[in-house]
Amino acid sequence: MSAGTLYDKVWELHRVAELPGGATQLFIGLHLIHEVTSPQAFSALRDLGLGVRHPERTVATVDHIVPTTSQARPFADPLAEEMLATLERNCAEHGITLHGLGSGRQGIVHVIAPELGLTQPGMTVACGDSHTSTHGAFGAIAFGIGTSQVRDVLASQSLAMNKLKVRRIRVEGALQSGVAAKDLILHIIRMLGVKAGVGYAYEFAGGTIEALSMEERMTLCNMAIEGGARCGYVNPDATTFAYLQGRPQAPVGEAWARAVDWWRSLASGAEAVFDDEVVFDAALIAPTVTWGITPAQGIGVNEMVPTAAQLEPDERPIAEEAYRYMDLVPGAPIAGVPVDVCFIGSCTNGRLSDLRAAAAVAKGRQVAPGIKAFVVPGSEQVAAAAEAEGLDAVFRAAGFEWREPGCSMCLAMNPDRLEGRQISASSSNRNFKGRQGSASGRTLLMSPAMVAAAAVCGHVTDVRDLLPATAAASPSPASSSR
Amino acid sequence: MSSPVQPGAASPAPFPSGPIPSCRGRAVAVVGDDIDTDRIIPARFLKCVSFEALAAGAFADDRRELQGDHPFDRPQHQGAAILLVNRNFGCGSSREHAPQALMRWGIRALIGESFSEIFFGNCLVMGIPCLTASHADALALQQAISTDPAAEVVLELEALEVRLLGSAESPGERRWSLSLAQGPHRMLVSGQWDGTSQLVAHDEALRRTASRLPYLSEFGAGSS
Repeated sequence: MSAGTLYDKVWELHRVAELPGGATQLFIGLHLIHEVTSPQAFSALRDLGLGVRHPERTVATVDHIVPTTSQARPFADPLAEEMLATLERNCAEHGITLHGLGSGRQGIVHVIAPELGLTQPGMTVACGDSHTSTHGAFGAIAFGIGTSQVRDVLASQSLAMNKLKVRRIRVEGALQSGVAAKDLILHIIRMLGVKAGVGYAYEFAGGTIEALSMEERMTLCNMAIEGGARCGYVNPDATTFAYLQGRPQAPVGEAWARAVDWWRSLASGAEAVFDDEVVFDAALIAPTVTWGITPAQGIGVNEMVPTAAQLEPDERPIAEEAYRYMDLVPGAPIAGVPVDVCFIGSCTNGRLSDLRAAAAVAKGRQVAPGIKAFVVPGSEQVAAAAEAEGLDAVFRAAGFEWREPGCSMCLAMNPDRLEGRQISASSSNRNFKGRQGSASGRTLLMSPAMVAAAAVCGHVTDVRDLLPATAAASPSPASSSR
Repeated sequence: MSSPVQPGAASPAPFPSGPIPSCRGRAVAVVGDDIDTDRIIPARFLKCVSFEALAAGAFADDRRELQGDHPFDRPQHQGAAILLVNRNFGCGSSREHAPQALMRWGIRALIGESFSEIFFGNCLVMGIPCLTASHADALALQQAISTDPAAEVVLELEALEVRLLGSAESPGERRWSLSLAQGPHRMLVSGQWDGTSQLVAHDEALRRTASRLPYLSEFGAGSS
């Protein structure tokens, strides 16, 4: 059983009571809501005659259903309009802050909470969205919940939870130039599989992780859930504090110093005990691309789609399903596979450093003929920062569309979607069948720079071939951003 | 949880309430590992402010692809109450719409090799047990249902076993043991799976916990 880890410390601090059924009642420090998974929770609250216990600990935004071309109200889609109107009504009725369209603070919920300094080390963070694991980048224990649990947090600022085991994923060594945090997490999931994390929290540690920027750590923790782990986290350190300082909701003055002391004390100590540990060598990781229908079906860009014989027997049935669905040939290279659509954005890779990395590839090049390529900033703040440094102009000049913030084509709850058998190069997080809005649409997951490379070449391409040869000597765009 | 079953829904069984000692009915198998919640209910069905009409969305794209041959469309499985699955069922998105769609289609319990954590938790809070069987037992159970889809299945939650009652075609009863973590087991059997009232009842303890959290008591947002 784990002991002395950040997870253990935060769990202990937030314990409210032991429940008759055997679960622990856990206090939730930050509750984030959006338009998709909250309306039924508010309805249930009304049915039970309950109010919102701590409206100041819940923060709302709208992201899944917003169009990314025109965000004028009312939306063309009446269902989308009804969902946002319902959220607005619920927030107004219960005194919950809503960062709405045009507020300057709207965006994907997992992009805006860190941006605003809402997410802080040592908090428990819950949201009706599985990618809530993103907030673990700050040394928070953050996890996705369902709508009935959203109701419970609204009613009681707490949840009935069972404690997880803790697996430390230690990564050592330097990532190669052109290899991003996205490649790192796709590689980890490839090696451990999509089920290995069930029942575990993942602690990401080691020299490679410590060298990552906050935005890279967010990409990493975001996809812990794709490896089955409901939450993933990184111990807070100087990088975390530097990111937080000066953000709207961060402590200031003398309180800042006290906060930093407390945050430091939460990190897993040298004496910490883990239920399990795995170790990776960062230097061995290549730009990684998925070829199948689960995020674990990934390979280095210069590898071949594995044949059934190369896979473990229990992986073969889903591989066979993937060959049929994706129409990719086992044993053939993934590089050179033509794409139709290139999507840069999402809670995984829609932050400023992601857009910089993609723009560095797009700059001075042109989107290949016949390819639809578009960039969706993760938030209004990301959009403004990117525009201030001219990234929108770089993308437009290269033939990319520059859109308004939202979840966009990650999940097809808005007008952005694949058509028919289209195949996308996507910086999002899920390559499930039908995920991007067409029941037969196909998704190749990769880093934003790799998506940009696919866009300008028209097919899956090793981004390292497009980067200047001197790139190895300079910091990656991602690690230099703050 | 108490809204009436939708007109046209396959099962007349009421939604779960109170203690769940057992579950009885026919079974339907949806075979395969890593069946994610986007497949259980595609995202376009999430554009709603109520769960009521979700039954039609259950496995919608898979059903369309199979043109009537999906287990949820086969006549012999209409009205089934127990869903048999394999490994990592319900992975991916946290959408409660997935178990809500299954429940509104008629499912009252699942038996599988393993479940994603969020899906399991969503089912638990709805009073839908997700029980685990060994690989061999899960396959045997699926095989038995494929041979005799009309067989009556009795899931004894207290005893953690599933019985397949004999029929004219296959006389003799067969049984398999199941597993379920102690906490959820106790919650379902005792009827304490819908815990909002318990959580709300501990308000004094909640205040004490909040008062010892430095980010609330010492350096709250923007404070100095």
